Amino acid sequence: MELAISVIVGFMILGALYAIHARDLLSAVIAGGIVGYGLVICFLLLKAPDLAIVQIVVETITLIIMVAVVLDSSREEAFTRPDRQGYVTAATAILIMAVLFYFLVVSSASLERFGEGELRMAQSYIEGAVEKTGSVNLVTGVLFDFRGYDTLGEATVLITAVLGVLTILRIKGKK
Amino acid sequence: MKGMTVIVKKTTQLIAGLVFLYGIYIIIHGHLTPGGGFAGGVILAGSFILLILAYGSDFLHLVREEAGTTMYENLAILVVLVLALSGLLAGTRVFFLNWAPKGVAGELISAGFLPLYNIFIGIEVAASILSIFLALVIFKEEISK
Repeated sequence: MELAISVIVGFMILGALYAIHARDLLSAVIAGGIVGYGLVICFLLLKAPDLAIVQIVVETITLIIMVAVVLDSSREEAFTRPDRQGYVTAATAILIMAVLFYFLVVSSASLERFGEGELRMAQSYIEGAVEKTGSVNLVTGVLFDFRGYDTLGEATVLITAVLGVLTILRIKGKK
Repeated sequence: MKGMTVIVKKTTQLIAGLVFLYGIYIIIHGHLTPGGGFAGGVILAGSFILLILAYGSDFLHLVREEAGTTMYENLAILVVLVLALSGLLAGTRVFFLNWAPKGVAGELISAGFLPLYNIFIGIEVAASILSIFLALVIFKEEISK
């Protein structure tokens, strides 16, 4: 399974790289979709169908909206040649990336093996969750019972996003 | 935004209802099977987006629809808050307390308030995503005038 996930993650990285460098914005958007749908397959392989459902639906709808937006605008990306400041920025980015990668390698030695190791907190959620919440689906039990505050926060974030979009896109009020 | 060809319209007629029903199924079985309010709500919004994309923007009265979606969104989150606050009135006085009878685990009507939370979060998510989409479409219509 680790091999399959590694292959899919490799494809996702290729898709993301292509999305950055594509000249045509439509192909960039569709290449960006590779990342989302690859993530869906990863979630299914890791036995998380709840996340997979949410991811596939949200990815599809964002892709539809992005395609509709791109088809309606100029599809060519504005491309400028890198100047001296661009090279400095790129060098800084590569330096920071190398430092972060070094710390990742150092810290990954102390982590437990992939797919093993249960956290202390998760263990107490799993034990007797059906009796505590009455819900057979543990994810729903955690979302609305143990972690109700988190769910309320998520819903508030959604409301705030809608408020922001409606505020920005209102033309009549501006006149 | 113009509608699409008659083939797309007919296919959408056949499929949109099924998509809507599937969203409702995902929401009300959220405490039994994978899925729940967030996933089901986005599927519900998807069925409406499908209709709007296929039939164009003059099929549905979009401005009135947008007023409806923003109202439903706010009402749904209000109901979730009231249900969560009702835990403060009952028993041990804890926010988000699930004080309703749990019933038999595994049946459709069980788990106290969890199905209700799922339903109202589903309405809220569907209305939010639909309002964002409608806001974009209406913005484009007003720009092109």
